[in-house]
Amino acid sequence: MITPTFDYLDRLEAEAIHILREVAGQFERPALLFSGGKDSIVLTRLAEKAFRPGRFPFPLVHVDTGHNFPEVLAYRDALAEQLGEKLIVRSVEETIKRQRLREPGGKYPSRNPLQTYTLLETIEEFEFDACIGGARRDEEKARAKERIFSVRDEFGQWDPKRQRPELWNIYNGRIQKGENVRVFPISNWTELDVWRYIQRENIALPDIYFGHERTCVVLPSGQLLGLTEHIRLDQDDEIVTRQVRFRTVGDSTCTAAVESDAATVEDIIEDLLLAKVSERGATRLDDNISEAGMEDRKRNGYF
Amino acid sequence: MDLLRFITCGSVDDGKSTLIGRLLYDSESVSLDVLAALEKRQASNGIVDLALLTDGLRAEREQGITIDVAYKYFTTPRRKFIITDAPGHVQYTRNMVTGASNADLAIVLVDARQGVIEQTRRHTLIAALLGIRHFVLAVNKMDLVQYDETIFNQISADYAALTDHFQLPKATAIPLSALNGDNVVTRSQELPWYAAPSLLEHLESVPGSVEVAAAPRFQVQYVIRPQTPELPDYRGYAGQVLSGQYRRGDKVRILPSGQESAIEAIEVSQQEVETATAPQAVVIRLRDDVDVSRGDTIVPLNDEPTLTRELEATLCWMSEQPLWPGRKLLLQHHSALVKAAIPAILHKVNVHTFARAAADSAQLNDIVRVRLKTAVPLAVDNYHQNRATGSFILVDELSGDTVAAGLIGEANANYFTAPTSPPVAFSI
Repeated sequence: MITPTFDYLDRLEAEAIHILREVAGQFERPALLFSGGKDSIVLTRLAEKAFRPGRFPFPLVHVDTGHNFPEVLAYRDALAEQLGEKLIVRSVEETIKRQRLREPGGKYPSRNPLQTYTLLETIEEFEFDACIGGARRDEEKARAKERIFSVRDEFGQWDPKRQRPELWNIYNGRIQKGENVRVFPISNWTELDVWRYIQRENIALPDIYFGHERTCVVLPSGQLLGLTEHIRLDQDDEIVTRQVRFRTVGDSTCTAAVESDAATVEDIIEDLLLAKVSERGATRLDDNISEAGMEDRKRNGYF
Repeated sequence: MDLLRFITCGSVDDGKSTLIGRLLYDSESVSLDVLAALEKRQASNGIVDLALLTDGLRAEREQGITIDVAYKYFTTPRRKFIITDAPGHVQYTRNMVTGASNADLAIVLVDARQGVIEQTRRHTLIAALLGIRHFVLAVNKMDLVQYDETIFNQISADYAALTDHFQLPKATAIPLSALNGDNVVTRSQELPWYAAPSLLEHLESVPGSVEVAAAPRFQVQYVIRPQTPELPDYRGYAGQVLSGQYRRGDKVRILPSGQESAIEAIEVSQQEVETATAPQAVVIRLRDDVDVSRGDTIVPLNDEPTLTRELEATLCWMSEQPLWPGRKLLLQHHSALVKAAIPAILHKVNVHTFARAAADSAQLNDIVRVRLKTAVPLAVDNYHQNRATGSFILVDELSGDTVAAGLIGEANANYFTAPTSPPVAFSI
């Protein structure tokens, strides 16, 4: 018998495909939450490997905050078209109108907290029983404690003390009416793993992940925020034009850019090996509010 | 570069969190902003508490405890590591079992001032029960015993006596100080008498997962049927090779139905390949038009598992509601979900001695031996011969909660004694 040795990426890939197929086998109406970010793009590649030559057994679902980067939206539509899979888009704008929510205020109004409302509405509308997401345990401390199959109550809440033990590679997706499961197939991947996989699989990404010239506002912390019409500028704001790229792709008002000339995936991997600042720390303004920021949002139904 | 999953066993008092923090810190896996957040909380005495790197949730920080299993990652040029951090308290056998279920190696941590204690026995026995083959005895806090060689040797000898007694795999004992960083990543001048590799060097060199060695096992997770004009009759059985290797042309049997066929094609990422090896996720197509659905097992004709509706198993009971004989539950054997009943609890196992005692119920964190019946036959192996097909979980039909982890003993037999090819050769 020839015993091939597997690279760690092969193992991570096999694990993720196994998880995606468990979702397909266990749930009636699953969905893949697609943000246009690199993690959810990797999920679509894994889904191709899991289900081709068949169709995906779930639609792609995007919660559009209305503050998304236009490049990302264009990428999203092109990808859905190329995959030939169903794309469902629901907008935070509509939720705000329907539920008469207050628009977030402040200088850099982030609609990130409001995404949860739209997500829960969408889950209800389509009766999704499982939502696949691209979250990773290395992103944040609260995520490090979350299961791969994470059961949420009808309010989408995560209760860290009531989690099911998750043994071997057996995933228990049995739920009661009203509950649903969030599934994280790339839980065990790190940011570097995702990039190495993108390199290996030659996956195309939205341009904003690579170095490009952009007009930015300099935040008090020194971080750079791409200038958009959603930001309320003051007279003393410093506006600069820099060569930047984005490490994560969230709401344009809460996702900072990092200065970089990285033009290729190889450059980015080199950048990462040198970089000493974590992904969320570098770029997510919403987690820095309090140390327990993510824990609180997950308890409230955030994915 | 390959992958190693390990579990750390010990309590906060043994410096477990500090040890993990030290591994992350000295292997340069901690980013500056995370360190800055730590420093902010430690401004008063100026020392960064590495243990805080692993304490995740607010409730834990407030109470200074670890609630649940947490996962941490780091990479060296030689390996990617997944650390499963399970709390050490007595009442958390269930977390330890959960963490150990996926681990290739266990680091059993002891405090050099205390040596091998009851908890050390418990952690070691649970890890061994779950089939871990590689053990490291990390003798921590050597700085507090003046890096004394005789103390280290005594503790190593005590532990060797324990593993010999239970016929467990031999452990590698390593003296270290997580607090000072001695011998965790880099070797230490404080330990001139210790010439062997540091903890990280050892972790980089032990063999990784060994699913390949076991008999070929494949379970169908999902049936791919495109039903398009181009592929009107395509039926692909998607699943993961749980163990061993499959080859195109292999004669196979489908269980539980018992039908025979042969492998027409194996596909990986839509490419046809000659072989499929654990843990690859593949699609198998069969030569004949047989009835195969999710949960079915496809095995080679000459190397079949036991097909049975009655089996004996060791359970770790994980629910606050006790188990009473006669209870009906769902049994999930990977992708197979069947109704099951537990007619009898045979005995309870003491996790410190592995002595058996009579029991008429199982409480949270108990380890018990039970007889089990299933509504449809399952294709199973002995857990210690095949971790993948020898494991299952029990699920409460109403709440959906996972209430037990199950390790299959000899199906249809009284007891399993020493397996023929023992990684771990005790019977419970």
